[in-house]
Amino acid sequence: MSQPASPAGAGKPAQEYEIVIQRSRGWMRVDWRELWEYRDLLAILVRRDFLAKYKQTILGPLWFVLQPLLTALVMSIAFHKVAGVSTGGLPSLLFNLCALLPWAYFSQNVATGAATFTANSHLFGKVYFPRLIVPSATVLSNLFAFTLQLCVFFVFFAWFKARGAAIHLSSASLLALPMILLTGIFSLGVSLLIAASTARYRDLSHLTPVLLQLWMFVSPVFYRMEQLTGSNQWAWLAWVNPMAPIVEGYRVALLGETAGAHLPAMLAVSAAISIVTLAAGVATFNRAARTVVDTV
Amino acid sequence: MGAATRKPMVEVEGVGKRYTLGNIGAGSLRAVFENWFTRKPTPGGTGKNRDFWSLRDVSFIVQPGEVVGLVGRNGAGKSTLLKVLSRITEPTTGRIRLRGRVASLLEVGTGFHPDLTGQENIFLNGAILGMKRWEIAAKFREIVEFAEVGQFLDTPVKRYSSGMFVRLAFAVAAHLEPEILLIDEVLAVGDAAFQKKCLGKMDEVAHQHGRTVFFVSHNLGAVRALCSTALLLEGGRLTLQSSPAKVIAKYLSSAIPNHGDAGGHLEWTGETPGPGNDELRLRSITLRNESGDVVSSFDAGQPVDVEICYDVAKRLRNTRTYILVHTSEGENAFGATDHLHQPEVLEPGCYRTTFTIPGGLLNRRGYILSAGCDIPGERTLVPNAEYLRFIVCGSGNQSCLYPESWPGTVCPRVPCKVGRISGDA
Repeated sequence: MSQPASPAGAGKPAQEYEIVIQRSRGWMRVDWRELWEYRDLLAILVRRDFLAKYKQTILGPLWFVLQPLLTALVMSIAFHKVAGVSTGGLPSLLFNLCALLPWAYFSQNVATGAATFTANSHLFGKVYFPRLIVPSATVLSNLFAFTLQLCVFFVFFAWFKARGAAIHLSSASLLALPMILLTGIFSLGVSLLIAASTARYRDLSHLTPVLLQLWMFVSPVFYRMEQLTGSNQWAWLAWVNPMAPIVEGYRVALLGETAGAHLPAMLAVSAAISIVTLAAGVATFNRAARTVVDTV
Repeated sequence: MGAATRKPMVEVEGVGKRYTLGNIGAGSLRAVFENWFTRKPTPGGTGKNRDFWSLRDVSFIVQPGEVVGLVGRNGAGKSTLLKVLSRITEPTTGRIRLRGRVASLLEVGTGFHPDLTGQENIFLNGAILGMKRWEIAAKFREIVEFAEVGQFLDTPVKRYSSGMFVRLAFAVAAHLEPEILLIDEVLAVGDAAFQKKCLGKMDEVAHQHGRTVFFVSHNLGAVRALCSTALLLEGGRLTLQSSPAKVIAKYLSSAIPNHGDAGGHLEWTGETPGPGNDELRLRSITLRNESGDVVSSFDAGQPVDVEICYDVAKRLRNTRTYILVHTSEGENAFGATDHLHQPEVLEPGCYRTTFTIPGGLLNRRGYILSAGCDIPGERTLVPNAEYLRFIVCGSGNQSCLYPESWPGTVCPRVPCKVGRISGDA
């Protein structure tokens, strides 16, 4: 009846497969081969995150789109109609949406990823798999939602274009791809760092949402980059905050906004910070993961 | 598989695991700041953090195809050992070599998502346990058949009955094909028929497929039946690696507090609080013979009174106290509970439950009494543990003429008649 199918590690005789468990030292020890072994789990977790989020809601996956759209609408009214913040002649809904979508992608990655250890403590206490899989799956499943949202963005884009708005796509639009990659890398790095610190200092879990909110307001999401770089007082913010040039980059790519003079340099700094953040995040996260179940 | 190269499947060398009790490494930022400010003035402040070694210097070797039972009291380090072996947490000292893929089953249904359907959860759970997608797909039908949930595959598992849930979860785990399987107490769930099926599956995994299985259970009968060797853990140390029978015998003899001839009575006084929790705590357990004397040896024909006194500190509803009688080899003979005799609500106070084991039931042999309190289907108040041993001797119920030992965990007086039917031979 239950025939032993080909032994688990098919290509590999069991005795060659050796795992050594001991207290590990050092920081940069990532078992890439093992991560690759668990790629199916990654795929399934991505699917799970995506499916489970909107099961049992009436509008289902429509929420992926409705949520940022409603926020963009509210912000358009608040910032541009009421407060009169300049959009540089772009339709305010598009102006907001174009930055809000990547920002939502970033902040959701960070918010969910930061809670990796606390939200999964039950799972982590019962079974081993490379813990990095979980936050990576979050970043990927949110990427699906983000892609879906971008499609809707283009619908609005076409509509405003047809009504004669000064927006256009060009070869520069391809810049959106490295922007997405950069957003993913940086958000993963930040969420790993916060996750590792939250595992040790619970208080941070209360601080994270506040931090994200603050971060959004110092990034040019609802206003133009010029308003940052133009002031002597705040220009430095655009340099040290990797999300500032990224958000602006999306507008340049997708709305045809003219790039500021410093944007390429800022993006280079941003990319460098992102990669360093990711490396530091992976290292601290793995270090925390080794014994986190003892404390969480 | 692997028979030619007879390297041990599992090598454990000097493994220890330290936990810090109390103020765990400053769990909050506030604590960090407090530590900064208080460090110098009060050097004794760090004394709050006590180190606790859950495992200490544990070494052993397991060959392929062995089924290893882990035996020990609660807190002896069994679960910690499994956690370290399954890489959930790192050991503080020592080294472990595992020659094969490891799957751990420390709980059934790990990672099941209530909103996903049975089918989706099979894939999710399989992947979490380390299976590849194609492996799960190849075994899908078998898993569904084993779990007997065929018609509910498209139903979210939160609508499953707890029995279905457990069956599905175990079915996935049972179809893992790791070389090393770690199992913790999963057999405590499910109905009797399903438990039997699980035990059968474990047996098959080990004996036909030559895999190594680690098995933690309080069910000593299952350990005896399934395991080829057993490890006894006491206070985090490995004190015996031997055959299950020897390990169980040593476990039972050491599990019971030694109090010499005063046997038959166990009492917890102010300094050492009895087992239990803030709601209910044992005060004493006493064995009495028919004349009311506290003794630890009984005549097979006479009844045995088991008195359990306990303090109830909070108002409790629907509790029960139970005893289990085991043979000195660890087989369960029978159990009894006062559930039907308990008032529905226990107001705070001191209570006594007396069980009378009728005369003419027990065999002539050594017995071990364990007891516990719980609220059925809800929570445990006093975990089941062994407390007293007693001996039954005397004329016996079956073999009074000969001092032979009679088989059986019990030996009830069974009425019988002998008569001459006719004179013809």
